[in-house]
Amino acid sequence: MYVAVKGGERAIENAHAWLAEERRGDTKVAELTIEQIREQLSLSVHRVMAEGSLYDPDLAALAIKQSRGDLIEAIFLIRAYRTTLPRFGSSKPIDTGVMDCDRRISATFKDLPGGQILGPTFDYTHRLLDFKLAADGEVAEAPSRDVEPADVPHVTEFLNQEGLIEEAPHDDTMPPDLTREPLEMPADRALRLQALTRSDEGFTLGMAYSTQRGYGRNHAFVGELRIGSVPVEMEILELGFSIEIGEITLTECETVNQFTGSKTEPPQFTRGYGLVFGQTERKAISMALVDRALRWEELGEDSAGAPAQDAEFVLYHADNIQATGFLEHIKLPHYVDFQSELELVRKLRREAGAHQVQEAAE
Amino acid sequence: MKDTFEEENPRKRWMGLLAKAPAGRVSALLDACIARPSFEWLRAPEIGSTMVQARAGGTGAPFNLGEMSVTRCALTLESGEVGHAYIQGRRKADAEAAALVDALMQTDAAEQVRTAILEPLAAEAAARRAARSSKAAATKVDFFTLVRGED
Repeated sequence: MYVAVKGGERAIENAHAWLAEERRGDTKVAELTIEQIREQLSLSVHRVMAEGSLYDPDLAALAIKQSRGDLIEAIFLIRAYRTTLPRFGSSKPIDTGVMDCDRRISATFKDLPGGQILGPTFDYTHRLLDFKLAADGEVAEAPSRDVEPADVPHVTEFLNQEGLIEEAPHDDTMPPDLTREPLEMPADRALRLQALTRSDEGFTLGMAYSTQRGYGRNHAFVGELRIGSVPVEMEILELGFSIEIGEITLTECETVNQFTGSKTEPPQFTRGYGLVFGQTERKAISMALVDRALRWEELGEDSAGAPAQDAEFVLYHADNIQATGFLEHIKLPHYVDFQSELELVRKLRREAGAHQVQEAAE
Repeated sequence: MKDTFEEENPRKRWMGLLAKAPAGRVSALLDACIARPSFEWLRAPEIGSTMVQARAGGTGAPFNLGEMSVTRCALTLESGEVGHAYIQGRRKADAEAAALVDALMQTDAAEQVRTAILEPLAAEAAARRAARSSKAAATKVDFFTLVRGED
């Protein structure tokens, strides 16, 4: 039986009013603007866009402000907003080969065409708190250097030339879309990649780390990691041709993995792929490792039974909005459910007690 | 290859330029260039999304990467030319300005619009790109090998 209980309206209204006040904090401190969040907390903005699965830096910044910096709450707001937008269509598949790279490194080839470009990275910083940032500080402009225009080819192309790595053959199958059809098993690679690119960073990192520690180990090297912007092109029906409708920042990671061959494939290197909205390096590397781990079946490998090789386990637990929704619902009123549990326990205790009394009497 | 195709279709090129312009920039250049002509909406500015596709391994089978916000509109000038806009973000005023420029480029004002709006937009985009690439270039590693004294 479901019993509706009323009476919380006043308390809820007041709780929300207090939330708004706490969100603002001390009014003697200047209020944050959306532009400040977008420009100065840009990596938070990127994470919210990636896991919210909607590329819009201003909206992500607004969501971060509204959620008091709780990024999963912000992602929730973006996912909810996303469902209200009419969809105009799909883009043509973007070409990461024409990326304007801010950063491009390879851990497998030192002297690669296009060079090792470090970009605005935390790598090689000393991870010491910088107290200069606590004071108002002017930032010196970053040095620049004349650019020799050069192509920045994908690293895997070099290995392809020798036939040492599996190819990713061109294909134009319309991919499945988990925002339109519920995620169901078995999930093909296109569906897995869509689920992984919007998955929780922490969960994906943990899964990727587990493969490195030996649970389904696949010996990954970062063949290439690149961050930069690419144009997005869409076919416009009323025009009869495609146009660029914008430009997005992406992080792409290609891993090169050891592979000793299987019943169907010769010994060669295999690949894992990570591609994520924004400057989201940790997530993109994690995604590539997990993608590779989940490919065991199509590569004819034996499963080690590791969690990261179990598509159902990974994909059904990777979405932080689904997980949060189910986890946090248990804090909402379950008075009637609990009342029946309470009755049951009392009854069992009464019966057990009666039994003991009876035994003692005998 | 891509450039030659774009030269064959100049409209594709200018619509892309208008879509990628920073917020407010097309409006500002338009108002500095010409009095806005009167028009009627064929499709009033509308905010929606586009599903961005990518390819597994960069070159393989397509998958859905996530959506991006897009504003679109279409209008017709009194003289009959139809202007379209599809631009990134939620920017109705910018979409209107972009569609007006698209329509004007089909009129006698095309040369004036090209010189006062499209060329500056292209130059600004190239300058933004060059500034970023030259900062990236400054972080390029120049490896050198230390001579080992073993002989």
